[in-house]
Amino acid sequence: MVNPVEASGVFSLIWLVIALPLAGAALILIGRPLAPALFDRIGHWLAVALAGAAFVVSLVLFVALLGRDEESRQVVQHLYTWFDTGDLSVGFDLLYDQLSSLFLLLITGVGTLIHIYSVGYMAHDERRTRFFGYLNLFLAAMLMLVLAENYVGLFLGWEGVGLASYLLIGFWQHKPSAAAAAKKAFVMNRVGDMGLSLAIALCFVTFGSTSFSAIDIGDTTTTTLNWLGILLLVGACGKSAQVPLQGWLLDAMEGPTPVSALIHAATMVTAGVYLIVRSSAVFDAAEAASTAVVIVALVTIIWGAAVSCVKDDIKKVLAGSTMSQIGYMMLAAGLGGPGYAFAIFHLLTHGFFKANMFLGAGSLMHGMNDDVNLKHYGALSRALPVTFLTFSMGYLAIIGFPGFSGFWSKDKILEVAFAESWLVGIIALLAAGVTAFYMTRLMMLAFFGRKRWPEGVHPHESPRIMTGPLVVLAALSVLGGVFALGGWIEHWLEPVVAIGHGGHHGPLPVWATSVLAVLVVAIGVAAAGFVFGRRPTTTDPTPYLHVPHVEDVVVPPGMAITRGALATDKYVVDGLMSGGPVALAAIAGELRKAQTGYVRSYALSVLGGTVLVALALIVVS
Amino acid sequence: MTDNTTAYVILSAILFTIGTIGVLTRRNAIVVFMCVELMLNAANLALVAFSRMHGNLDGQVTAFFVMVVAAAEVVVGLAIIMTIFRTRNTASVDEPRMLKW
Repeated sequence: MVNPVEASGVFSLIWLVIALPLAGAALILIGRPLAPALFDRIGHWLAVALAGAAFVVSLVLFVALLGRDEESRQVVQHLYTWFDTGDLSVGFDLLYDQLSSLFLLLITGVGTLIHIYSVGYMAHDERRTRFFGYLNLFLAAMLMLVLAENYVGLFLGWEGVGLASYLLIGFWQHKPSAAAAAKKAFVMNRVGDMGLSLAIALCFVTFGSTSFSAIDIGDTTTTTLNWLGILLLVGACGKSAQVPLQGWLLDAMEGPTPVSALIHAATMVTAGVYLIVRSSAVFDAAEAASTAVVIVALVTIIWGAAVSCVKDDIKKVLAGSTMSQIGYMMLAAGLGGPGYAFAIFHLLTHGFFKANMFLGAGSLMHGMNDDVNLKHYGALSRALPVTFLTFSMGYLAIIGFPGFSGFWSKDKILEVAFAESWLVGIIALLAAGVTAFYMTRLMMLAFFGRKRWPEGVHPHESPRIMTGPLVVLAALSVLGGVFALGGWIEHWLEPVVAIGHGGHHGPLPVWATSVLAVLVVAIGVAAAGFVFGRRPTTTDPTPYLHVPHVEDVVVPPGMAITRGALATDKYVVDGLMSGGPVALAAIAGELRKAQTGYVRSYALSVLGGTVLVALALIVVS
Repeated sequence: MTDNTTAYVILSAILFTIGTIGVLTRRNAIVVFMCVELMLNAANLALVAFSRMHGNLDGQVTAFFVMVVAAAEVVVGLAIIMTIFRTRNTASVDEPRMLKW
């Protein structure tokens, strides 16, 4: 699938995109302890500047790529040979192609906006400089992930974002819940990472290389490809919070809100989708694995939407929604063909509108003294007008209001789903209605209805430095649909993924899918408006059915085994080890009393011994 | 000849037994010491008797060794007894029992 050309001209600057934020992270994290006063004053602006510089470089590269012929748009930069042992040779190679170019723009663009926002959001945090160091570290790792030319390089970035995610979820480490959430995210990601590392190993065994361009399904058996696909899916499930490894994402909301926007909405959690799209050659040939992706995606779409319907924590509503939306991307990627392009399209628009809404939620929390409970909100549209307006743009985008970015991207996915089968299409369509329901519920509870503010809370609009990025992201949420104008994104990604032509027309004409979608969304909005618009929802708790997560089932037996092993070690093994000597010492303490000091009793025992020896000799001979 | 040796060995056993009983029952260190000498000489008597029975000198040589050891032992032993008598004013073997558990 990849027929790369060597990097030359402006493309020899690809490495700079990673190096800039990496340098920022190194400077801040190492420099801060050396010169605290200096870095506390300029550290955050340094991080913003380097993220912005990375965005500028990405933009220049993108424009340059647009100017190239279609044949030479896959650029490889070989930096050095990373390691070379036996048959395995892994280069530190970067691949800049149509797919990574879009990711670069999203990561650095949204990343820069969130950096700027964080300057305001974290203004009163005494560890703000360190926060920006971590943010830059995350950017570098995420860019490494999407720029790597082989699975090993991708894995480096994959683990890097995991580390940054861990550090940032647990940034407020003084809160036990944040520390626990960070650990949970890290451990659950380990499960997925194991799948990915096994996939890399299998890839090497099968193709003799870990490079993307080496994937040649020619004479590989379907079984091998299916296993490879399933292992990649396990990796994607962990990172992208798909069922059954979804549990960490809700807890990850313990982190500062800009982190939720950047890592747990716009970029890192979409890495799983990237992985599957990047491995499209494998999934195209592995039917069982693709079906598994579709099933996982459908379950997650419903699960995430259901979670969002019942949570009162505004960030958890958005987190459940993120799960569900990533489920849509996975669905499109699992269906293959044009679905790959639409998965990336939805990924981009989702990156815009979800980052927008997360930052909006941060702005609300900022005005509400960090209260996240929707039951304490209400009637905030007048108190925070800018946040309300920008949030509304995100809201209209996610429910798929005609003309907004989410409408175009979700519509395309529904088309592909209906082309696959009625069942898949209808599940995806109904979930779109549920999306409209829970997002309307959020809007109603937060911005309309009666004031339910706690005593002493005076909601106020956030400073300009926070509303600025909100406005930009709101504009992108509205206009994100331009990528699909005239099928541009399909055409653009065509050389990277096997899109194929025609054959994806389902039983419904295209316009009918759109009309159906709008209809279902309208029903969802109306239902939520009916339920939450009139009723004063102050006290009554939302009915909440507790469904055990995977970790709830796996962790208690694991803990029991651990405790049992600990007790065995403490009482049995240690008992044997230290009990033996103790018993010996006790016996010796008694035996030494035979040393009475009476010479004549010693003489008697000598005599007894002699007699015994003599008797023994007589008996033996 | 053989009968003769038997008599000597019996005498030796009697002497040895007397010495053993003396060592085990008497408290006076000097008497214990003399009993030890008695046991050694009983052993010497047996050695010499067997030597004569076999018609070679091995037993007599060994008896000389025993005598030498006994003489050396007397030197050391009597010195110890003297010292204990001077410091603790007793010749009983039961009195000095500091070296116990």
